[in-house]
Formats: sequence, C-alpha cells, structure tokens
Amino acid sequence: MSIAATQKRGFGAVLWDYLTTVDHKKIAHLYLFGGGLFFLIGGIEAMLIRIQLIKPDNDFLSAGLYNEMITMHGTTMIFLAAMPLIFAIMNAVLPLQIGARDVAFPFLNSLGFWLFMFGGILLNCSWFLGGAPDAGWTGYAPLSTTSPGHGVDFYVMGLQIAGAGTLIGGINFLVTVVNMRAPGMTYMRMPLFTWASFIASVLILFAFPALTVGLFLLMFDRMFGTAFFDVSLGGNTIIWEHLFWIFGHPEVYILILPLFGVFSDVFSTFAKKRLFGYTAMVFATMLIAFLGFMVWAHHMFTVGLGPVANSIFSIATMAIAVPTGIKIFNWLATLWGGNITINSTMLWSLAFIPSFTIGGMTGVMVATVAADYQYHDSYFVVAHFHYVIVGGTIFGIFAALHYWWPKMFGRILNEKLGKLTFWTFFIGFHLTFFIQHFLGLMGMPRRYWVFHSGDHLDTGNLISTIGAFLMAFAVIVFVINAIVSARGEKAPADPWDGRTLEWATASPPAHYNFKQTPLVRGLDPLWVEKAEGKAEMTPAEPLGDIHMPNNSFLPFLFSLGLFVAGFGFIYQTDNKAWLAVLIGGMAFSLAMMVIRSMKDDLGHHITKEELEREAD
Amino acid sequence: MKGWMGKFRALSLLGLLALVLTGCGRENLTALKPKGYGAQTSYDLIILTTVVMSIVLLVVAIVYITVLVRFRKKKGKENFIPKQVEGNKVLETIWTVIPIVLLIIIAVPTTIATFDLADTKGAKDKLNVEVTGNQYWWHFNYKGQEIQTSQDLYIPTGEKVYLNMKSSDVIHSFWVPSLAGKMDVNPENENTMYIKADEEGVYWGKCAELCGPSHSLMDFKIVAVSPDEFDQWVNDMQGVDPKAVAEGDTAKEGQELFNEKNCMSCHAIGSSPVQVGPNLTDFGNRSKVAGIMDHNKENVVKWIMDPESVKPGNKMTNNYPELSDEEASKIADYLMQLNPSEVTLESAGD
Repeated sequence: MSIAATQKRGFGAVLWDYLTTVDHKKIAHLYLFGGGLFFLIGGIEAMLIRIQLIKPDNDFLSAGLYNEMITMHGTTMIFLAAMPLIFAIMNAVLPLQIGARDVAFPFLNSLGFWLFMFGGILLNCSWFLGGAPDAGWTGYAPLSTTSPGHGVDFYVMGLQIAGAGTLIGGINFLVTVVNMRAPGMTYMRMPLFTWASFIASVLILFAFPALTVGLFLLMFDRMFGTAFFDVSLGGNTIIWEHLFWIFGHPEVYILILPLFGVFSDVFSTFAKKRLFGYTAMVFATMLIAFLGFMVWAHHMFTVGLGPVANSIFSIATMAIAVPTGIKIFNWLATLWGGNITINSTMLWSLAFIPSFTIGGMTGVMVATVAADYQYHDSYFVVAHFHYVIVGGTIFGIFAALHYWWPKMFGRILNEKLGKLTFWTFFIGFHLTFFIQHFLGLMGMPRRYWVFHSGDHLDTGNLISTIGAFLMAFAVIVFVINAIVSARGEKAPADPWDGRTLEWATASPPAHYNFKQTPLVRGLDPLWVEKAEGKAEMTPAEPLGDIHMPNNSFLPFLFSLGLFVAGFGFIYQTDNKAWLAVLIGGMAFSLAMMVIRSMKDDLGHHITKEELEREAD
Repeated sequence: MKGWMGKFRALSLLGLLALVLTGCGRENLTALKPKGYGAQTSYDLIILTTVVMSIVLLVVAIVYITVLVRFRKKKGKENFIPKQVEGNKVLETIWTVIPIVLLIIIAVPTTIATFDLADTKGAKDKLNVEVTGNQYWWHFNYKGQEIQTSQDLYIPTGEKVYLNMKSSDVIHSFWVPSLAGKMDVNPENENTMYIKADEEGVYWGKCAELCGPSHSLMDFKIVAVSPDEFDQWVNDMQGVDPKAVAEGDTAKEGQELFNEKNCMSCHAIGSSPVQVGPNLTDFGNRSKVAGIMDHNKENVVKWIMDPESVKPGNKMTNNYPELSDEEASKIADYLMQLNPSEVTLESAGD
C-alpha cells in the first residue's frame, strides 16, 4: 500500500487525511478496506456455516445462532462486501478512465462511503447486543416482523443507512460519467468498465428505492405498530417479497455488470486486441440491465402467483441468457487470434468464463418454472447463485484488484502468491459449490441447520466443507500478498501495456490525476497514441491552474449522527427515553447538513507554478 | 500448457468422483428418482434443460480450450501485435440467433408443464386435503371426511390428491421431492397444488422456506397406499372413538393424566377442530416422533419432558404443566397405543 510513501507523516495525520478526504482515489482505499474487512467477516461466517454442515446432526452451532449466521453471511457479503468492493474499483478507476480529475460530487462521494461504513458497523453491532438478525438476508415477513429481540431491527437500520450511501454513490457515478468526460471521450469511446459501471449506477438509482420503501414498511411494522405485513390486521406478506425482489434482482446485475466491464478491459489488454463487438457489448449490457427489472418474480415461482405470471417471468428470465451469451462469445472472440499473456489477473478472468457459464446454464435451468419447483430454495439454488456471484463478482474483483493494484497503490502484487491464491480458490470454489447442485436435487433445502444421517447427504456436504477451507486459505494468502506488496515491486505508469486512459498517468496518480486533461482521439485512447508511436496522450488544454475540492469532516460526522440515531430507533421500543438519542442523532446530522449548506467552500487551486515545479 | 490441462482434468475427475460417492440420494427423498406426476414433469424438464445447456457449455469449452492452446503468447513472438478486429456481423448474428432458438426449445415445454401443474379444475370430485403449516409441524384435514391428522399424510396411489395450503403463522413451503415440486404455504391466501404417487411408499417431505430456528426439523411424510387400503384407513379413522378407554394399566393412567393435565386444549384425538398442536389420533402409527426422531417410547418421553432440546423455538415448551418422568412415561404409553388402523407404514412398504 501507499504506506511507504506516507510514512514521513505521522499516523494521526494520515488517519485525519483519510477521515476527511474527498479524493476519489483515497475513498477507493477506504472502500477497499471497509469492504475487505466485511468480506473477511462474511467469510468467517461462511466457514462456521460449513463447519456446522460438515457432518449430519451436528451441534457445532445452535439452531438460532445458525440462522443468525446465514442471515449475516448473506447480508454482509451482498451489501457490505461485494457492493463496496465494486465501489472501491469504480472509485479508483472510473474517473481516470474518462480523463476526469475527480468525481462530480467529491463531498457526496465521501458521504456515501461513511454512510455505508456506519451502516455496516451498526448491523454488526447486533452480534454483541443480544443477537444478530435471523430471518434470512431476504428478511421475509412475517418471520422478520415477528422475530424476537432486536436482531432484525439492526438489519433494518443498518441496511437503511448503508443503502442511502450506496444510492448516493450510484447517483454520483451517473453524473460523473455524464458530465466529466475528457474532450473527445464520447459515449461510444468509453471503456467497457466505465460503461458497465454507468449502467450499474442506473440500476442502483432505480432499484435501491424499492429496498428503501420495503425497509421503511418493515421498520414501521416492527417499531411503530403498523401492520403492513400483519395478516391478522389486513396486511399482506407477499408485498414484502415483491418489494424485496424488485430491488433484489436488479441488485444481482449491479453486482455483476461492473465486473463484466473489468473482464472486457482485461481481455482486451492481455490479448493485445481491441474488444470484439464493442457496440454489441454495450447494448448487451443495457439489455441485461433493462430485462433485469422485469424478472423479479422468478424468485417467487413457488409463491402461488399462478401459471400466467410464472410463465411470463420465466420467459423474460430466459431472454437474459441471450445478451449474456453474446457477451461470453464476444470475450472469446476478443481472445481469438490474440497474443495472450497469462498472469494472475488473466487467471481470474479466464477462470470466470467457464465458471460463469455454468452459473448461466443453471440460471436458465432455474428459470424453467416447472423444474424450478424442485430447485427453488434448495441447495441447487445456493449452488447457482454462488456460481454467478463468486464465479462472476468475486473472480472479477480479484481480477480487478490484481489489474489495478499498481494504479491504486503504486505497487505490483506478487505473482507467485497471486497464482497460489488463484489455484486454491478456484479449486476450492468448484469443490464447494458444484456438489451443491446435486445436494439440492437430492432433497436438501436451503438454510438447513442440520441434515439427518438417514438423508444420504453426508458425502456431498463433507466435500463442500473441504472446498470451503481451500477458499479460506486462498483468501488468507491474498491478504498476505496485499500486505507484503507495500514493499513489493514499484509499478511504472503503464505496467501492462494498457489501452485506456488510466495507464496514461502515474501509478499512483497525483492528487489531480492529470496535469493536463488528455485529448481522446478514439476507442482505447492510449492505444491509439501508442499505435502512432507516441508515448503519451496529447493534452487537450495548456498547463494551467487546477481547481480541486477541499477535504471535509462533515460526511463522517453526518453519518455518525445517523449511526447514533439508529440505536435510538432500535431501543425506543423498549424504553421511550431512547427517543432522546433518536432525536439527538437526527438533529446532529441535520446540523451538519445546515453547516454544509451555509458554509462557502470553494475548494482550492493548484497553481501552474506548483505543477511545473513538480515536474522537475 | 501441460500444467493447465492437467489441473482441469483433475478437477473434472474430482467432480465425477463426488457424484459416484454420493449417488442420486436417498430413495423417496431425492428429486432425481421421481415417483409421482409432478416430480416426473419437473424431472423431464431438468433433463431437457441440462442436455440443451450442456451443448452450449460444450461449444464454449471447445472455443475456450482452442483459444488457450493456440493464442497463448509464444516464445519468440512476445512483441507480436495481433490484428485489431472490430467485430463480425455474421458471427454475432449466429450467436444471437442460436441461443434464441435453444431457449424456445426450452420455453415451450416449460410453459405447457407450468399450466399443467397449476390445473386444479378437477379438484371438486377428488380427494381434497387442507394443509396447514405451523412452526414446526404440519396439519392435515381431509375435507368432508371428518379426518384430521398431523405429520403423516395418507394418500391413495394412482390418483391426484389436491392440497389446499395455508399457514397459521409464518411462511412455510411444502416439498416432497420424490412426488412433486414445492409450493409456498402463506398466511394470507390458500395455495392449491396436487400430488399423485405412482407407487406405494413413504415419501419424505421437508419445509423449504426459512420459518425459524427449527426450520430444518419440520420433516413430514406422505404415506401412499393402494386405493383399497386407503379406503380402509378412512373407515378406521372415521370410526375412532376418542373416549375409548385405553388398554393396559399404565396406558389407562396415561389417558387420565392426558385429560387431567389438559393436553386436549391443544391436541385432539379423533376428528376435532382443535389444531393448536398436532392431532394425535393415529400417533401410535407415526413414522417419527416430532417428525425427526425414531418412533419409540423413549423419544416420546424425551419430547414430553424437554421439547426445546428437540425442536428449538417450538410452541409447546413452557405451555404445559410440569410432569414427572413417571407421568411422562405413562402418557407415552397411552399415546403409543393410539393406532386405530391396520393400514400403517408397513402397508406402504416401509
């Protein structure tokens, strides 16, 4: 990490810098740290689940604790690990890829991170305060509305706060792509990662409000005596399922699309070829996103919506296989005829193709309604979504980290450790999840605390657990790799002979990214220049003063206020005195908003003279 | 190169080995050996989609392996810059159209099967059973027959039995993999599905929607017997006299305790609208105690003395008067001799 470069300053100064930063590159570090931390926590939860299922009738975990574990594993991995890790990559790379000096709203960028972080911490506080949520990450009512204790309250408040951060982040990237592109960077010249992040941000914008609404209804049912989901008072529990999945399905595409973008960039870089069928790739991504909003009820085939609704949602779901297939074949065509370098980045990316294709296959299988009556809520589905989320999203995050680590930290990750991580994770992953397809069909439902010795599910579960240990080992190796990379090989500006703009600036880039905004003259702008024998980009402007935003502590304080208010919301059901905490927290956050609105903060300028001095 | 392919081959070998070791699962539990109409319909689609999708996977695999073998960076050509291809209309059209055709091949039978499995028009003239999901047990009420049971559902083979399902608390899901796919059991509306067993047998059922700590302990059984045996079972069950005095001294005392301790406020014996707890009419014939333990007296006593240790979060714990070991043993004696019918699990070949 960049610790080496900053060691001259004291720890306090570095900490203060990160607490107040609005620089997208440092916020990327924060997202990576936060998301990585929750990824490890979610991983520990996964290991405890697999240890519980290592043998029949095991009592390693109690039944109640097991339900808390599966709930927190799912919630943590989706909301607190995968999403922020994707945001880390977006923050680190997207502004660079479009030749921008920062995102459109640097202050909001910081606010988005701190809301996520405090939401995640609030959710995890439940472990120490009487028990974590136990109604599954899907939180189906009435199990969630009637769950005793405060576990589900932490789920509601934690996700509400973290979700607000995600929504803010999504809007920020949308505006950034629309407004901040360098001269010549037309939409159809944007790298696929930028495109995919842009489209994922649209999904965030439209999907997260559905979750927000659902969580508000659940919050009012649990904390303020309403009965939206209480059947005995005229409520309806299916409404929650709809709201959750109207959010939940697009969420799956939010998790995968940016990584599709990563793979597109990686394949084209390491095959030394332009992306095959660029236009088709862009429109396929849009089509996936669009269709992603019309298929939510395929999570609800067994709810009893009737054959008409089921058939329509089934066919709409199958239709998504077409644009996804287009992407797979375009990637293969990109590699075809290339001069392929295989390193850690490429191993993850190449492994993604077969793994994700299997996930896509089973995706069509679970879309087949009358067969899904067997798959649904069984280990088949567990296997399916781990194939797409791990085989797609997690492989993609690892590929992206190996690929852009030099850009983020100025160091190159160790190849030997990288390969060790890859092979153990890859083998462990298939060992863990492939067998689960069969466990599901053999009659093992999802979220089962125990299976019985007479069920003939022993061998499959044992194999699965062994695989999980391999994956855990791989993650530990990666963490070691990340730490030792601080003393690793120093990265040049363009270590991979890249094609896109992020490789046209230093590793890590200066605070202002580009001294002069580059002029983009085609798709793969850096490659265009290289093809003409130039070493760097043609500037689009003369050297001049650069306007940059000031750091601010307000986003941290604002999020802290909501975090405190969260406890007020949760505990006012026990004792009305907690209303003071609720109001106090909210008032504090409001005050931070007022300060933000009243105080003129015009940012600062880096003068031309300073820039010239730095060049020497 | 060698290392690559070797590792992949080892992997597929591992997968195959795993399959051989695990087989197709337990008879009458696995969906891979269908024994009923719904399960067969699903199974046919599972096979169809697996075949079609495997063809796709095979094509991808062939292209993929070719790419890895042919286009990997070679010695002496490190600086080779490949041709920068933009795309190819013909190829792109092919890999758009062929998947659409494949999906149509899947979608048509899927839609037909979906409507077929949802067809409940014939329900009027057939056997209808009201199924109630509870934390953590199942209640069955044979419509118009004045028969209620819990946990073990007796059905005749060879005919469609319609299940009208509703939950008394949270959402459950009714799943008997060998007979039919699952259907959610919701608190607000009644879902109807049908099951049809081709042959006699005791089929294992499981709850498939997270419903609380003992979600994984909510097993039930479907006992499919021949139509004649089923008719006899119906007769026997309708003829039950709930007041009949038990045989044997301890059982008699157990029956008195059962009445004294007010067990009947939750548990009915014989036909009764009471369904706070499982109906015990044919308790002596049950396949399991509490759905999961071997059916013997020790386990009945274990349940009565400490249900929480068996099914965490169940609704019986702390809702009945304290009993001594001796009292529990007597009640167990009484319950174990509640076997009103000669049609039992053995009749289904268990």
